[in-house]
Amino acid sequence: MELIKLTDVKKYYEMGSQVVKALNGIDIVVNKNDYLAFIGSSGSGKSTMLNILGCLDKPTSGQYHLNGKNVEILDQNELSEIRNLEIGFIFQSFNLLPRANALDNVMQPLIYRSVGFRQRKNMAMEALSRVGLKDRIDHLPNQLSGGQRQRVAIARALVTHPSILLADEPTGNLDSRTTVEIMQLFDQLHEEGHTLIVVTHENEIAQHCHRIVEMKDGKIFSDTIAQRSKIEATA
Amino acid sequence: MFFAFLESSRSAFAAILANRLRSFLTTLGIIIGVASVIAVVSVTGGMSAFIGDSFASLGTNSLTIQSYTPFEDLMKGIRSRLTPADLELIEKRGEGIASITPILEANRSSQLKYGPQTAYSLIMGTTYAYQDVAQTYTEFGRFLAQADNITRRRIAVIGEDVRENLNLPENPVNEYVELSGEWFKIVGLLEPMGDVMGQSRDNIVLVPYSTMVSILGNQAQTDIGIQLSLTPTANLEVVTSQLTSLLRNAHDLSGSEDDDFRIQTAEQLMEQFDQILGTLTMVIAGIVSISLLVGGIGIMNIMLVSVTERTREIGICKAIGAKSHHILMQFLIEALLLSLLGGAIGLASGYGLGMLISNNIPDFPPASVPLWAAALALGFSGFVGVVFGILPAAKAANLDPIDALRYE
Repeated sequence: MELIKLTDVKKYYEMGSQVVKALNGIDIVVNKNDYLAFIGSSGSGKSTMLNILGCLDKPTSGQYHLNGKNVEILDQNELSEIRNLEIGFIFQSFNLLPRANALDNVMQPLIYRSVGFRQRKNMAMEALSRVGLKDRIDHLPNQLSGGQRQRVAIARALVTHPSILLADEPTGNLDSRTTVEIMQLFDQLHEEGHTLIVVTHENEIAQHCHRIVEMKDGKIFSDTIAQRSKIEATA
Repeated sequence: MFFAFLESSRSAFAAILANRLRSFLTTLGIIIGVASVIAVVSVTGGMSAFIGDSFASLGTNSLTIQSYTPFEDLMKGIRSRLTPADLELIEKRGEGIASITPILEANRSSQLKYGPQTAYSLIMGTTYAYQDVAQTYTEFGRFLAQADNITRRRIAVIGEDVRENLNLPENPVNEYVELSGEWFKIVGLLEPMGDVMGQSRDNIVLVPYSTMVSILGNQAQTDIGIQLSLTPTANLEVVTSQLTSLLRNAHDLSGSEDDDFRIQTAEQLMEQFDQILGTLTMVIAGIVSISLLVGGIGIMNIMLVSVTERTREIGICKAIGAKSHHILMQFLIEALLLSLLGGAIGLASGYGLGMLISNNIPDFPPASVPLWAAALALGFSGFVGVVFGILPAAKAANLDPIDALRYE
């Protein structure tokens, strides 16, 4: 089932008199339960890709269908709603609200859906126990380790039951042991049926994914189904 | 909508509490502004309520006539006078008058002696009619009688303060006090009447009018005051204009000359006081509302800083689905809450200040905050919060999520 379909998507920025072609004609289809990595060196268009996919930004031209909806025609507030309903963000720097504890952070996206407090709390507790942080709900972000913070962020992404989980260098700020833990969690989430898109420049991270899309100069350079992962998945 | 409001209020509260000191300092302008308005209003409010009460006790249908000398004439040594002849004229030809009495104040030393005690007091020569006009009654003994006046008896009716100052017994009737070298027998003690504008109305000695005339001796001409009360059906203005023309005729005033006397009612006095107080309050309130404006600008300033500081948070909230109105509402409510809190604190401290002022000035009426002033203070600070909160809130709501997320 097609979840994401980009048709000739272009994103140009004007930098003074120069036009930067961050994305220059992208065509890609992402299916449900894909486990996909965007890789590429800096300047390849990965971040712009993420912004477009995450509905944080609109393409200059081309079409973006997310879950059957035409997204590129929506205004800022409608994009907010799409982000809230369809996308779970996981950032490199976690991006938790510093004054809110773990539970409040996870409940936050539900506020924008007007979910009542009791139900919000139940859903957040469920998401937090999914990432193994049930006993840390009243900790502030600065009282948690990096790995724990990223788990809270993952719980926040999961709590809305989004169509896609969008991770931007999710292990960039973590040590190698925590990186493994987080990637294992990603693997599990994939097995549970979630669709994951990971943007990274680290090959080890990309190797976890089942499909690796390499970008170069705003275009898709290669799109390969990883063999090792496929064997693991079928095993 | 209500849901969003509730959630925004929650996070606004959290934001204010997270920066307690800064929040307090931010609202300080509002606090000081509201506190000064309320302090002023509470003190003058107490005063005018009190003035209303005390003038009502003077009797609302009584008139006082006194001579009036313009300042220029006073410099030339000319003095206007009201004479016993004027009194007689009014008694004969005045209409709508229930009772009338002359009042002759001692212009020399008004020292009183009782045993080793001395005291100073207002000594007035008047008649039995004063009782009706001034609505004052005796607690012990009797009031002045007509016969006392005719026979120029050396008797006195005293006020409560005089009794106290001279250490007279609880019931001072039949005691003798010395006044201007003469002995006066006390025949009555007046009921306590309280203060008007911090001046005691009980420090008073009433003696018969003719006795007073004789004490004052053979002064060429005496200047008396006249107090009168009206019959229930009489119209105050009609009586006033009739008395004015009577006295103008008697004093041979031509059309272009000003009155050399003043007819005043208790109500007029009260209105004058109220007017002065009202103007004073308005002026001070006007000055102070400038400080509210400054306070509002302070809030706007800090809110703008706060938006910049929390740019990343705003980006996060937008990324996970906050719409513009969520962010707008949160910051607007934060500004509103800040200024309302400031207003409430200012209200309380202003009332406290007013109490402090009125308690520390002797005989000053207690402070009272009229409801309209409290509502106005809170309403105005809320208004200031919304007006000065709009700009920072709009700035926050219009942030681009990508830029905001990238903000360090």
